[in-house]
Amino acid sequence: MVRSVIDVPDLTTDELDRLMDTAEDIIARPDDYADACRRKKLATLFFEPSTRTRLSFEAAMYELGGNVLSVTGAGTSSAAKGESVADTAKTVSCYADIIAMRHPKEGAALVAARAASVPVINAGDGGHCHPTQTLADLLTIRREKGRLGELTVGLCGDLKFGRTVHSLINALSRYEGLKFVLISPEELKVPSYVKNDALKKRGIPYSQTTDLEQVIGDLDILYMTRVQRERFFNEEDYLRLRDSYILTPEKLKKARADLCVMHPLPRVNEISVAVDDDPRACYFKQVLNGKYMRMALILMLLGLKGGIPA
Amino acid sequence: MNVDSIRDGIVIDHIAAGNGMKLYRLLGLEALDVPVAMITNVVSAKRGRKDIIKIDADIPVNFDVIGYVDPSATVNVIRNGELKEKKQIGMPEKLTNVLYCKNPRCITSCEQEIEHVFRLSDRQKKEYRCVWCETKAANL
Repeated sequence: MVRSVIDVPDLTTDELDRLMDTAEDIIARPDDYADACRRKKLATLFFEPSTRTRLSFEAAMYELGGNVLSVTGAGTSSAAKGESVADTAKTVSCYADIIAMRHPKEGAALVAARAASVPVINAGDGGHCHPTQTLADLLTIRREKGRLGELTVGLCGDLKFGRTVHSLINALSRYEGLKFVLISPEELKVPSYVKNDALKKRGIPYSQTTDLEQVIGDLDILYMTRVQRERFFNEEDYLRLRDSYILTPEKLKKARADLCVMHPLPRVNEISVAVDDDPRACYFKQVLNGKYMRMALILMLLGLKGGIPA
Repeated sequence: MNVDSIRDGIVIDHIAAGNGMKLYRLLGLEALDVPVAMITNVVSAKRGRKDIIKIDADIPVNFDVIGYVDPSATVNVIRNGELKEKKQIGMPEKLTNVLYCKNPRCITSCEQEIEHVFRLSDRQKKEYRCVWCETKAANL
């Protein structure tokens, strides 16, 4: 089986650091990477709506000098005829050098990776994993704070279904000196298995609260999340919890001057648009950093060096 | 109570009392047309009470199922009326098509050809998780 990336634990800490080094080098010297993927093709198989992630992968491949084959929506692909994920992956392997796949079902990317003969990058499998979002988050923290350790990280909103949050906790827990502040309604707390595996077993300090304003002054990072309608079976529960936290310029007055406000986007109303002009708002930088990390990941999985020695 | 010795087959011994019927069902023993003895609540020096299953035929048995239901159970392989081998099964690392993922968002819920595979994620808690979606297995 060729190397694929389905979840962040598929990457060693050394590889994570190396990917961030490559991304920083791409930012510094983009021309050195302009032909790195010449004659290579990325297939983007998106069986679930996505704007940001698909365009980010496609922009990443174009900026590396490669080409893109694209499928969007199950309705326009062979999946509509009942083709299995495994058969789709085997077929697309005949056309492309690497696949980025988003699918509404959890585990679909792993099924594709086991069947494909080219690397598969999980671009989101339902509420399960979204590793390239985590890569974007890590690069953003490193660029904004200059380090990934010795930080107090606040995670706020839907911490139960929010896959980006679980993945970020797991990834950051590899670094030293972190403290987590978990801010959520009672119904949307971080699942105990995530706390056990990533925090308790590693002795990483954390606290839980429902009150954002009480803790905002302690944070180096505030990672806001959206309460996602698609993760609820019950519309009433969604409507009740949707507006639990809304970050406003007023609330930010209590925060540190060097706070870094992050969000995986898209937002609904959990960050007021008025916050966008605040220099502490980093969520659109995250989007850009995501593209650079996807470029670095494509290079790594294709075994291409680009501008940095392997 | 006497149950005759078997000549060629297996004896699953030291099953915790109450787990015998569970194992009987999961191994699909009710579908066999060979002699099977299910003995429950036998006095045991080690466990107080135990269940025993005797299968008087040389048939393939899924040891992973036995290890999952009761890791302390033993399997005695009988040949020509004599004990040929005694196996301590223990908890299997992986279970294939023994447990079924109940997560409606799992890829196994819509693609029937995919095997239901669970991996041991916590030995102390006897916890298994689906390899595809990582959902914890429900207790049998």
